[in-house]
Amino acid sequence: MIRHFTIDGIKVPFQERQTIMDAAMAAGIYIPHLCHNPEFRPQGSCRLCTVKVDGRNLAACTTPATDHAEVKSNTKKLMAMRRTLLQLLFVEGNHVCPACEKSGACQLQAVAYYCGMLAPEFTHFYPQREVDASHPEFAIDFNRCILCELCVRASRDADQKSVFAISGRGIHVHLTVNSPSGKLGDSDFDKHDRAAHVCPVGAILPKHTGYDVPIGKRLYDRKPVSMVGDVSDHEED
Amino acid sequence: MTDMTDINALETAADPEKLRRVAIEPLTRVEGHGKVSLLLDEENRVKQARLHIVEFRGFEKFIQGRPYWELPVLVQRLCGICPVSHHLAAAKAVDQLVGVDQPTPSAEKMRRLMHRGQILQSHALHFFHLSSPDLLFGYDDEVAHRNIVGVLAEHPDLAKQGVLLRKFGQEVIHFTAGKRVHGTGAIPGGVNKSLSLSERDKLLADIDQVIEWSQGALDLAKRIFFEDLENNRRFARIETNMLSLCGDNGALDLYHGGLRAKAPDGSFIFDKVDYRNYGDYIREQVKPWSYMKFPYIKSLGSNEGAYRVGPLARINNCDVIPTPLAEAARVEFRAFSGNGLVQSTLAYHWARMIELLFCAEAIKVLLLDSDITGNNLRTKGEMRDEGIGVIEAPRGTLFHHYRINEDGLVTQANLIVSTTNNNRAMNQSIRRVAADHFDGRELSEPLLNQIEVAIRAYDPCLSCATHALGKMPLEVELVDAEGTIIGRLHKDGSRIVSRCSL
Ligand code: SF4
Ligand code: NI
Repeated sequence: MIRHFTIDGIKVPFQERQTIMDAAMAAGIYIPHLCHNPEFRPQGSCRLCTVKVDGRNLAACTTPATDHAEVKSNTKKLMAMRRTLLQLLFVEGNHVCPACEKSGACQLQAVAYYCGMLAPEFTHFYPQREVDASHPEFAIDFNRCILCELCVRASRDADQKSVFAISGRGIHVHLTVNSPSGKLGDSDFDKHDRAAHVCPVGAILPKHTGYDVPIGKRLYDRKPVSMVGDVSDHEED
Repeated sequence: MTDMTDINALETAADPEKLRRVAIEPLTRVEGHGKVSLLLDEENRVKQARLHIVEFRGFEKFIQGRPYWELPVLVQRLCGICPVSHHLAAAKAVDQLVGVDQPTPSAEKMRRLMHRGQILQSHALHFFHLSSPDLLFGYDDEVAHRNIVGVLAEHPDLAKQGVLLRKFGQEVIHFTAGKRVHGTGAIPGGVNKSLSLSERDKLLADIDQVIEWSQGALDLAKRIFFEDLENNRRFARIETNMLSLCGDNGALDLYHGGLRAKAPDGSFIFDKVDYRNYGDYIREQVKPWSYMKFPYIKSLGSNEGAYRVGPLARINNCDVIPTPLAEAARVEFRAFSGNGLVQSTLAYHWARMIELLFCAEAIKVLLLDSDITGNNLRTKGEMRDEGIGVIEAPRGTLFHHYRINEDGLVTQANLIVSTTNNNRAMNQSIRRVAADHFDGRELSEPLLNQIEVAIRAYDPCLSCATHALGKMPLEVELVDAEGTIIGRLHKDGSRIVSRCSL
């Protein structure tokens, strides 16, 4: 017997063990998200996919779908909350879209457009962070990392390498590289790793290239993220 | 008329404490922020005149540690007024970093097209919007009327042409860089797009009109210059050397060439200099009263080596312009001064409009070239650790110089922007005006405006010169000669600049 729940009034079928996000994705209903990628175990850290399930705010990517549940996603309140979360991500790092090579093909930017984020509201932190370009083929710009941990999960679960880890607490949480020097060039990271192709923003990028796709032809130039899908869907090594 | 020695004395007054200080600030109808300070004695005689442009050089520091392949796009944040010039100068430097000495024909032509679009729109803006009020109405016209609104009211057709010429230039930028501002376009070793047939046809449909209007603007600039010839040729006039890029065949080339410098008598100081050796020919002098440096021609020393850049220098320096209408205008321009160089500061406007016409004609040539829709857009070579890109920006020669480490991150950057190249000349021109027109007269707005008219002729981009970072956060440290930090400024995303404690 097929079971159902509703998202914003639309009937969505689901199977045993599916989360709300899984079922929504299968049904082609977009719920904004950044740290989720169906290839990896969900962790519910970015909170962008927060939906109202029978009156309670829950992360769609970690909440199992239940029969007859009434889920609200595209509400004014939830959208406002998502905008606030996005604003915080933007001020917490250094995201300079007009100069960034990922602009136009960046999931953070695309989700921000989708959620209607228009003007800055918070004061920028302007953290001082570095670029690690020690690897011959890939560089990490820590200024743009949003700590989604997708690279951590991809390297650990898909590549069996655990090149990346998260350390620190609270405001000091940051991405680290597991190598003697802490540099990517000293790790066994490889350009064919899945971890090289899952970053939703411009933090992990191939070297010696950028802005190759002209404006107007970039991933999110013509269609919104709700139709295009995630950055990692379009990345192969 | 006072001579050159007299105006040099106006750089620094002997006893400044006893003098009355007058500041012109902010300068109107000039791009960016700058200020002029005058010191006057009891008889209203000018004893000191200085143009101050605060050049922080914060940008060179900011880009340290950034990946080199970002540079052409990143440096556009240097200046909101002339981003395309920085984009292309950096792209030329980055070509060298990736070992490309000659991009493909399509790539080079797309970049040239973008560049001509930028110069066209910049020159049109300057002439129609910023300078025409002075030129049409006179320096002593009512302030409330001496602006673009006044031009709109009395010369609506002219004002409209200015707007449409600019629009066309912006359209060229849009089609070559993908956007009117903060485009991409040039990438290491080439470009990311060529023109589609529909883009080319759209521009072709308007180009003849653009050429006609440009010719009209040139005729107007020339007519204005000759209407009051005696005053115009003398106003703010100084004798200097002229520096520009020039094609190896001597032709006007705004995108690429060797460095050429001419002395006032028209003889060469140097020619066909590979700009990667610019450091052997150009030096920058530091003066205690100015943040901005004073470049000079090394072989001539810091006083004799003063030079000017921009339209006046370029039209004086080249032997020929490769398009017929602009070439005819050049011949007439050069005949004006016999064998020597045209040194009248107000002739900048005339020269600028010759370039406007050249750009319009040369855009048409590119649009009719099949390479502009070609698809061989990029080449690669062996990585190098140093790259120097030089271009003739609307306002003059622009130098971008980078070094990178083996990871590909910038370790060192040096930029000499057009306005810095003209720093000494602009200072001398305002001293000329002060010496010729101010002595003993009661200070009035029209008199002060003459100082601005002199500065405006150079079309300085003070925004570029201060390396303003737009909305980028910036912390600037002021370091004294001994290397001690004497001040620190913080500029946040809202463009608020505050002083931080040390
Ligand atoms: S580098 Fe990219 S994938 Fe890794 S945590 Fe940061 S944002 Fe996520
Ligand atoms: Ni500028």
